Amino acid sequence: MAIWLTKDSKVIVQGMTGSEGSKHTRRMLAAGTTVVGGVNPRKAGTTVDFDGTELPVFASVADAMKETGADVTVIFVPPQFTKAAVVEAIDAGIDLAVVITEGVPVHDTAAFWAYNVAQGERTRIIGPNCPGIASPGASNAGIIPADITGSGRIGLVSKSGTLTYQMMYELRDIGFSTCVGIGGDPIIGTTHIDALAAFEADPETDAIVMIGEIGGDAEERAAEFIKANVTKPVVGYIAGFTAPPGKTMGHAGAIISGSAGTADAKKAALEAVGVKVGKTPTETAKLMREIMSGR
Amino acid sequence: MDLYEYQGRDLFERHGLPVLAGGVATTPEEARAIAERLGGRVVVKAQVKVGGRGKAGGVKLAEGAEETVARATDILGMDIKGHTVHKVMITVTADVAEEYYFSYLLDRANRTFLCIASVAGGMDIEQVAAETPDRVVKAPIDANTGVDEAKAREIVTAAGFPAEVADQVVDVAVKLWQAFVAEDATLVEVNPLATTKDGKLLLLDAKITLDENAGFRHPDHEALVDQASVDPLEQAAKSKDLNYVKLDGEVGIIGNGAGLVMSTLDVVAYAGERHGGVKPANFLDIGGGASAEVMANGLEIVLSDPSVKSVFVNVFGGITACDAVANGIVQALALLEQRGEKATKPLVVRLDGNNAEAGRAILDDANNPLIQRVDTMDGAAERAAELAAAGV
Repeated sequence: MAIWLTKDSKVIVQGMTGSEGSKHTRRMLAAGTTVVGGVNPRKAGTTVDFDGTELPVFASVADAMKETGADVTVIFVPPQFTKAAVVEAIDAGIDLAVVITEGVPVHDTAAFWAYNVAQGERTRIIGPNCPGIASPGASNAGIIPADITGSGRIGLVSKSGTLTYQMMYELRDIGFSTCVGIGGDPIIGTTHIDALAAFEADPETDAIVMIGEIGGDAEERAAEFIKANVTKPVVGYIAGFTAPPGKTMGHAGAIISGSAGTADAKKAALEAVGVKVGKTPTETAKLMREIMSGR
Repeated sequence: MDLYEYQGRDLFERHGLPVLAGGVATTPEEARAIAERLGGRVVVKAQVKVGGRGKAGGVKLAEGAEETVARATDILGMDIKGHTVHKVMITVTADVAEEYYFSYLLDRANRTFLCIASVAGGMDIEQVAAETPDRVVKAPIDANTGVDEAKAREIVTAAGFPAEVADQVVDVAVKLWQAFVAEDATLVEVNPLATTKDGKLLLLDAKITLDENAGFRHPDHEALVDQASVDPLEQAAKSKDLNYVKLDGEVGIIGNGAGLVMSTLDVVAYAGERHGGVKPANFLDIGGGASAEVMANGLEIVLSDPSVKSVFVNVFGGITACDAVANGIVQALALLEQRGEKATKPLVVRLDGNNAEAGRAILDDANNPLIQRVDTMDGAAERAAELAAAGV
């Protein structure tokens, strides 16, 4: 079953005709994703060939949904146009919008998130600045490499792209139900807590790996959530133990200001609710391996 | 990007907010010109991006041009908590009656913006919030509806601003929100927001953070970057579109993806504890597509840092294939040699993921004595720390 993205998901790509969009559409198709079309008002009515698969280009998300029954959109448009693209997806009432674009102004993200809330949160938004979501063996929406691991019973939620891949690789012999990269921006649509809740409810997930990084208090709030709501075992990893305060480490959200947001504080909060936290990705994988081998 | 107080004052002025007349000086002579223009009594304030400058002697009153020159001479070049003062702001003085607090900021936890207002301003707002939470109003702001007059009045009433200044605070609250949005700020903090004895409202300080992601909307923001305070290596990296942060250790770090590189810093620091306390020398994320040229640029930056004794290249091939990365490393070393900057420091390389076997084979075939291949992240960090400790 996995969470949010299954083999039945029908995926469209906003920005499919751009260089990143077309590159990753090809990769998603190769991974077995049911990609049913793209959106670009200036190229509506044309088709794009992906190694023999002809995909139609629609004028709008709404048109694409009407014609194809799409329920997932992956957004690759440049930062200047991301807000409009997400608002269009929300207006069309799509179930899931995966926003890959990096460098979106936080006022734009705040605006499309507030708009989504005002519309009753019909649309689940993942990202921006994220690698997307993959349910190995079923579907892949975004840029997560499909060949790292097969399907299994671990759920993974992570702020970071390459750390997601690293963890998938470390535990590739066990496999994953769904891997969600929620992105490293200060405001994101789907949080650790959303993913923890979904994995807790997912009968195909037995245990959860949660990867966080310095900045904000999302991990601390996730710890409170775990205490009250999660019965499945959770293993955690936090990046940035040795990062100096006041420096932005690549992710806009990964900056320590004052005492809040340090890796130590996050680790302590998670351990206080029984989450085992690894010092390195490899050690974290080992902790998960111990849990899964006991099953 | 955090602004200096004088940049914040200028920004407020541009948006029609009431601030004190003033200017910024980098030399005592510039200070004299400003003092002469302003006339009378002025305040000379050190421009540093750190709190506590008043206690450190970085804020002084001066009467007339000569005294202003003397105070500017004292303060320019001063060290305040490790920050050298390169600029002073000079403004006319205000006869302050009351001090309030007002800010707009990003509220990550609630995925929206927040207004914080208090009539107990002028001091540490966190202390006020902790000791007398009822004196601090925290109002969520909808990003799409923002702060209009009605919303502003709601905040002003809730915070308990006195009736005689309420209209002025409402006006400031609305204009400050407009500035916050128009400039793509993530923080505008005014402490104190003050009334003068003749009943006028003034913004007496400015703490502003601008969103660098919104740079494409604000070509003018580029000029606000303080080039003098930017590390030269960071500047060189930026000109090559590399995401580099200078740190104070000995192990150069190159990796792909912000999270993985942050994690690499940690793993190297842990390994360093066993090897003479060596630490990471930098953060460098070369991103997804590590071409030979990007790798060469990255290596060039890292190797040009004299404190670097060894380099750890940590790449997980996701979209990027490891054979491409390995070719990049080998070609980068050749490229550096062509540029006359032959590398001499050892490189520990860990490649995993997509096409890792092919990548490792390329490194082995290159048979370059500087390249050491270690196939686990923890093992490679250990080796890099060991080599750095030996090279110190």
